[in-house]
Amino acid sequence: MEPRTFTVAYAPHVHDGSSANRIMWTVFLTLLPAAAVAVYAFGLDALRVLALSTALCVGMEALALVMMKRDPRASLDGSAALTGFLLGLTLPAGLSNGILVVGAFVAIIVAKQVFGGLGHNPFNPALTSRVFLLIAFPKQLTTWPVPRGLQDIQEFMGLAVTRTNDAVTSATPLAAIKEHAQRAMPNIQLNDLFFGVHTPGSIGEISALALLVGAAFLLYKRIITWHIPVATLLTVAVFGALTHLVNPAKYADPFFHLFAGGLFIGAFFMATDFVTAPVWPMGKIIYGVGIGLLTMLIRLWGGYPEGISFAILLMNAVTPLLDRYTVPTPFGLRTAPKKTGGES
Amino acid sequence: MTTHANPFPGGIHPAYRKDLTSGCEAVSMPVPKILVIPLSQHLGAPAKVLVKKGDLVKAGQLIAEPGGFISAAVHASSSGKVTAIGPVELPNGSMGEAVTIETDGAHEWERMEPIQNPFAADPKVLVERVKAAGIVGMGGATFPTHVKLTPPADSPVDWVMLNGAECEPYLTADHRVMLERADRIALGVKLIRHIMGVSKVSIGIEGNKADAIEAMKKAAGELAEVVELPVKYPQGSEKQLIYAITGRRVPPKKLPSVVGVTVFNVATVAAIADAVIEGTPLVERVVTVTGSGVNKPGNFLVPVGTRVMDLMEFAGGYRDEAAQLILGGPMMGRAAASDNVPIIKGVGGVLVLTAADMKNTDFGVCIRCGRCLRACPNAQNPMLLGQLIEKGLYSRIEEEKLREIVLDDCFECGSCTFVCPNRRPLVQFFQMAKGYYRSQQKRKG
Repeated sequence: MEPRTFTVAYAPHVHDGSSANRIMWTVFLTLLPAAAVAVYAFGLDALRVLALSTALCVGMEALALVMMKRDPRASLDGSAALTGFLLGLTLPAGLSNGILVVGAFVAIIVAKQVFGGLGHNPFNPALTSRVFLLIAFPKQLTTWPVPRGLQDIQEFMGLAVTRTNDAVTSATPLAAIKEHAQRAMPNIQLNDLFFGVHTPGSIGEISALALLVGAAFLLYKRIITWHIPVATLLTVAVFGALTHLVNPAKYADPFFHLFAGGLFIGAFFMATDFVTAPVWPMGKIIYGVGIGLLTMLIRLWGGYPEGISFAILLMNAVTPLLDRYTVPTPFGLRTAPKKTGGES
Repeated sequence: MTTHANPFPGGIHPAYRKDLTSGCEAVSMPVPKILVIPLSQHLGAPAKVLVKKGDLVKAGQLIAEPGGFISAAVHASSSGKVTAIGPVELPNGSMGEAVTIETDGAHEWERMEPIQNPFAADPKVLVERVKAAGIVGMGGATFPTHVKLTPPADSPVDWVMLNGAECEPYLTADHRVMLERADRIALGVKLIRHIMGVSKVSIGIEGNKADAIEAMKKAAGELAEVVELPVKYPQGSEKQLIYAITGRRVPPKKLPSVVGVTVFNVATVAAIADAVIEGTPLVERVVTVTGSGVNKPGNFLVPVGTRVMDLMEFAGGYRDEAAQLILGGPMMGRAAASDNVPIIKGVGGVLVLTAADMKNTDFGVCIRCGRCLRACPNAQNPMLLGQLIEKGLYSRIEEEKLREIVLDDCFECGSCTFVCPNRRPLVQFFQMAKGYYRSQQKRKG
């Protein structure tokens, strides 16, 4: 037999088949239930915002890659699409196309590519963009269309109903609570917050149930771990319970705080963003607690009715510190080695 | 007796593919025409050659003596004529001195004297025999066994462990040795108990080898307890195995003897018994030939120094699609550029993959998903280390104290690289950094 030559490669020679692209697209898919509820509730306007935001972000990514003389096909790796989709989900349905272009520019160019692209951005691009838009276009970003055919409920709740063009808009439950604490509370049904089809709010945040379905899949696939969402939700619940106990007339009950606003999409889909979240279990828990605390501080005493976006961005800034100071003890150093046996 | 085992942190569950060969009895391979026997088949100093070109040698004859305390003797695997002494390509990709023997087909033996009544003998005599037989760890680390049998006085050993985990996918050589040579292993256990004066012996076997667990329980009886280990890679790594069985943790950069434990591979223990009661040195071993690139997967008893090409010819040859040749398992084995390399004492597998099985080696940036952190059996930080090495930030690695405890403790099991969704070559990064620090050290003198 003659010697035969072979291809050489480094060990390990096998791989589990996972891919970053597949992870990104899986997260994208797990957001579809929430998007479906939104389209049901807000109609084609929600679809337009989601599709345009996603497409614009992919386009911005491709543009940035071309400008940097890199392969623009990398814009299809799912990360830009996911950013765009998440951004769309945090915006009100009915937002104008021009604002969406600005949003995509801030998310991809300013918050991501300027810092070095995928894996290097310190702040969550979708949230950075959302917060930028909220500050730059406060009116448009807080104009919430009411889900179709539900004007009667709005009037029943005794909240202001204003007509802009032909869309009917209203305050979100969190804004309602902030403005008219005692009057609004009895009229807000937890059921509505949970199923979401009747509640005004950002496109993706209205249905806690739809978000939970997606989140359960991410947890099952071990794409995210429980630490961040559980720490965030528990903190919000405990904080909400304490303040409610102190003054039930002024502060809503913890279930309201759990299911209202962007807490679920924030805790499960934004705070768990790999690139901007801590990596160690203890760091994740501290990070989650921080997000929960900041969210409640802003909700109860801050200038905005909802604080989850600010809370996550603020905690993003702490991530490098958490990564550094929560490193677990290496396996071999966990306990002092025993010199003599005696167990068994 | 079977006891439960402590799970180590991390670990992975690759496709094991052991069913390809686990039912294949080890077939004795006839001695090939050419044997290429390297002088360095072990950790430590290379052996010093005792023969010269043109010498006639017999099977089992000492052809090179240990070149230091941590070194091992080398023997001729068959009878014949020494035709060359010089550098050859070794399975690990480096070049090393080897003795080439043209065999005569007679396979005439020259064994050492069997040790009569070994349990009455001075343990030192038995250790000398193990040293003379050139026995090294056959699980792959190839640490000279006589050194392990004589632990330093300041760290006495009270617990001896046999490693039958065989956690590498595809490989079934140790599995077959446990099935076919259980009594010989049990005899080896008895000898080790006598040599080391230790009464506590445990045999760790992964739960996917139920027949081996049964066979070893029957053979070992009261001599050793058999521990069923969880099926998780890298369960067979020394420190993970020790934790699984004893709950003791070996600190980074320390040897198992600091926690009072010594670990032997099951095949090594059988080799100890062979050397003592038959006088046979380590000149053959069981090798698994497997993978989608071979015609007939199986286990073979192969003379040390057999070239892979000769083994493959006997074993049924390659399929046309064969594209990659790996010596060892798919996780830690080395890809060889050609099959003109010899099987040495530490090679338990010849794995041939086709292009379809080969992994895509294009890699991307770290997306901080944390999968590597959860896979690392040492609970270390492959993520940060990989990023720093990729950027060449060696000084920061030292500032962050990642070198001493993290890098030096990494035994390159490949779990992090196996799970990386962006296929980052983390193990290769670590090897690169270790090489960098080694060269720095040399420069300093």
